[in-house]
Amino acid sequence: MTAFNLSTIDFSWLPILPLIAVAIGAMVVMLVGVRLEDEDSASLGFLVLVTLLAAFIFTMFELGQNTLAFHGSLAIDDYAVFFASLIIIATALTVAMSLEYAADAGLAGAEYYALVLFAALGMMLMAAADDLIVIFLGLETMSIAVYALAGFLRRDPKSNEAAIKYFLLGAFSTGFLLYGIALIYGATGTIRLEPIRASLTGGIGANPLLLLGLGMMLIGFGFKVAAVPFHMWTPDAYEGAPTPITAFMAVGVKLAAFAGFLRIFMANLGVISTEWTAVLWMLAVLTMTVGNIIALVQTNIKRMLAYSAIAHAGYVIVGMAAGGGHDAGGAILYYLLAYAFTNLGAFAVVVALERGAEAHDEISDYRGLAREHPGLAAAMALCLLSLTGVPPLAGFVAKFYIFAAALNAGLVWLVIIAVLNSVVSAYYYVGVIVAMYMQEGGVTVERMSRRPGLLISIGVGVAGVIALGIYPQPYMGAAVNAFASALGRQPIHTVSMLP
Amino acid sequence: MPLTLLVFVPLLGAAAVLLQTDERTIWSSAFIFSLIPLALSFYLFVDFDPHQGGYQFVEQYQWIPQFGISYHLGMDGISLFLVLLTTILITLSLLYSGGGDIEMRPREFCFLMLFLESGLLGTFLALDLFLFYVFWEAMLVPMYFLIGIWGHGRRIYATFKFVLFTMLGSLLMLVAIIYLARAARTSVGYLTFDLADLYRVTLSPTEARWLFAGFAIAFAVKVPLWPVHTWLPDAHTEAPTAGSVILAGVMLKAGAYGFIRFAIPLFPSVAVEAIPLFMALAVVGIIYGALLAMVQPDLKRLVAYSSVSHLGFVILGIFAFDPQGVEGAVYQMLNHGLSTGALFLLVGMLYLRRHTREIAEFGGLWSSVPICAGIFMVVMLSSIGLPGLNGFVGEFLILLGAYLSLKIAVYFAVAGLILGALYMMWAYERVMWGPLTKAVNITIADLSGREIAVMAPLLALMFFMGLYPRPLLNRMQPSVEALLARVHTAQAQIQRKRTPASSSFGKSASIASPLLASSGKSK
Repeated sequence: MTAFNLSTIDFSWLPILPLIAVAIGAMVVMLVGVRLEDEDSASLGFLVLVTLLAAFIFTMFELGQNTLAFHGSLAIDDYAVFFASLIIIATALTVAMSLEYAADAGLAGAEYYALVLFAALGMMLMAAADDLIVIFLGLETMSIAVYALAGFLRRDPKSNEAAIKYFLLGAFSTGFLLYGIALIYGATGTIRLEPIRASLTGGIGANPLLLLGLGMMLIGFGFKVAAVPFHMWTPDAYEGAPTPITAFMAVGVKLAAFAGFLRIFMANLGVISTEWTAVLWMLAVLTMTVGNIIALVQTNIKRMLAYSAIAHAGYVIVGMAAGGGHDAGGAILYYLLAYAFTNLGAFAVVVALERGAEAHDEISDYRGLAREHPGLAAAMALCLLSLTGVPPLAGFVAKFYIFAAALNAGLVWLVIIAVLNSVVSAYYYVGVIVAMYMQEGGVTVERMSRRPGLLISIGVGVAGVIALGIYPQPYMGAAVNAFASALGRQPIHTVSMLP
Repeated sequence: MPLTLLVFVPLLGAAAVLLQTDERTIWSSAFIFSLIPLALSFYLFVDFDPHQGGYQFVEQYQWIPQFGISYHLGMDGISLFLVLLTTILITLSLLYSGGGDIEMRPREFCFLMLFLESGLLGTFLALDLFLFYVFWEAMLVPMYFLIGIWGHGRRIYATFKFVLFTMLGSLLMLVAIIYLARAARTSVGYLTFDLADLYRVTLSPTEARWLFAGFAIAFAVKVPLWPVHTWLPDAHTEAPTAGSVILAGVMLKAGAYGFIRFAIPLFPSVAVEAIPLFMALAVVGIIYGALLAMVQPDLKRLVAYSSVSHLGFVILGIFAFDPQGVEGAVYQMLNHGLSTGALFLLVGMLYLRRHTREIAEFGGLWSSVPICAGIFMVVMLSSIGLPGLNGFVGEFLILLGAYLSLKIAVYFAVAGLILGALYMMWAYERVMWGPLTKAVNITIADLSGREIAVMAPLLALMFFMGLYPRPLLNRMQPSVEALLARVHTAQAQIQRKRTPASSSFGKSASIASPLLASSGKSK
């Protein structure tokens, strides 16, 4: 044993600093929370926000580094940074939305905020994972926390239903994913994505084991991103969960699931994408069409937004069907960015209408909102128009980008189906706008000035919707860079200093 | 810079209006903000060089360079007049609406009207297809709200119908736009949405046909062309007066403008192939609109169906592909904007007094509201194309142009013209003449000073355009000829393909020469 030597310090811990920050934050929140009354949980929320700020700053330091860590299990590339920063923003807005909500509903603050942070940890891990087992680890960390969060309104049967349904189907889907991972390991002898990619450059050959494994993984991810026909859990889980958690599920969980999905299927296995283009084509058509058509008849806004989230996953899969080029990858990442801000804004308005025991989450509750609360109604209208894809808002540029990528790949009919779906979706989005602006009635909403957290969430969501629509260029650049780094186009150098 | 100002001053005004709280200042500030673009557009009219066929006052800046998208504005002799029409009608609509027509939520109303103006002006000035699409869709949003909030009885049904019809058309156009830009990458060398670059894209005939269809459906819905016109009667009837004025007066023109600016010059060979189809649809629209207008018991619905008929003439003129026809079509677009705008305003004024639009509820108004009846008569005569008023010039040019290219269409169109005179005059007779049968009609007030101020500029323009069309036509002419040059080249190519090489030149020349000769003579 030699004396202390600087070279024995393992610097591979540095790249996971953001993850460490979030983990420590979660533990501190739990410990501090023990001594706090549930009504004072807002102060814990601020602690969470500080943690997330620290994690965000650490993440930003990793921009452009493109390193591998832990023997290649983690890829700290721009792709991971892109998703991690977006996940942190989504988590922060979820927490901001919850500040007044959690105290109002008497939720157990310590557990609530700690679980949110653990879920965020899992999501960030998924975004950075370069190894099938680490992806699974991240997925489970996230999922278990979110199962518990979905059922957090203990006395509300709907919330219980949401948690049980989400848990059972989630566990089932994880089984598929694990089985898929096992089969791939059997077929290729490795769980790391780099070598798997390298072994496939010559095509898939006659390897049914690998194909079966990929199919199983596709189903597993299909559940997590709520693609039809694996979407059954979504509406009930979204409706029953506390609304800020619904937003978290619709944005954070979906982002993380797509981060893993895309990293495996597009960035690494893109070389054999012809094997599943037809499957993705079908999946995209089903997901968009079923999501939009069922959304038409919803009367509850959370269920409507759940089906809308399903439909939007379909548009993302349109981009995936376009194949592994740069083009489609950048488009998908941009789409997810626009989707995240738009949905956070919309869900924040839904939270604003809730008041203690009264949910006010029927679309009929939105009647006449514009008269009493023009600001809230305008924010909601902007988000809904963005979801419809009306220029010059974020959703339009995102759809444009996806359609352009898909047309570039020659998927003309798929784009036409997607466009027709957008027309269908206009009907239910405009329905809410009609209720807000053109019908009478309405619920009383607590003044927004007393709820700064919510106000900030809505503000950030709407600002994103407008900025991404009017000046998309820098964000498009970031999205393209991020995807390029996952493809390995940028030089990746290891910092691990172990001998 | 003047064009950017023109497009964004209304938007600035919209934001400024939102900050006001007092009702009077809301109306006056909205009105003042609509006067700025009006003054600017008159300045541009004077400053416009009538001898130049290309775009003037051009501005171009990078916007999304990854996609070859730029902020590119420019004005030619066609968009100039549509811009003028927009600024005039928005100002007058605001002036009218402030006089008691809109009492509920004036702030939102003024905000949306100015927002709408911005969208419309951008649509007419954009020279980049992406930018055009952004404005094209953005102008629809305020219109949804105008119909849905301030509309009449079945406004929500009308809003949904309007949204779905126009969305369907425009999203298909979006696919076509992206596909075209992608095609530019192979045939021009780079991805671009710039109109001038896209003119150079070479496409296979099948591709061109599909893309033309994508554009044409979007524009046909907006024009509206039979059989995709069914949203129009509902939207026009349920919209508030100012909404109907802008919808009929300006927004329908965006459809016809789309044909002139995009669908035809981008795919001239397909447009030439499609002449019989569009002429047939136009003629069906002319006759069908006129027949339906004749049987409407509701005055506003009557005016709405008359729009279907009048816009048929515009399409007829465009697809004549002859200088007279296209100039007539552009002229008729302005005429229709003025006369239908004026008709909707008059119907709105009557509605404000009687809260009904049923023709049967009126009768003999001539004696109780003589000023209104007098103005109504001039407007009606302008609408049916009496010589000396604006309508005549446009219809005459269209029929002349169409006669040179397809005689049979003109026979039907003339029949539609007669029907048009019939239903307008019959409606006028039932409303204004005859005995005063209803007691309430005796006591209604004549037009107020403000209402006369709204109508006076419209009447003045009707006389001016009817008596002295030259300053308008000579500004249009070079731009129209630039468009037709593209079409005639394509036409000649088709001729050359169909006939053996030796005889083709003689034939195409013989088609082109009478058109060129007549265009020279008429000016």
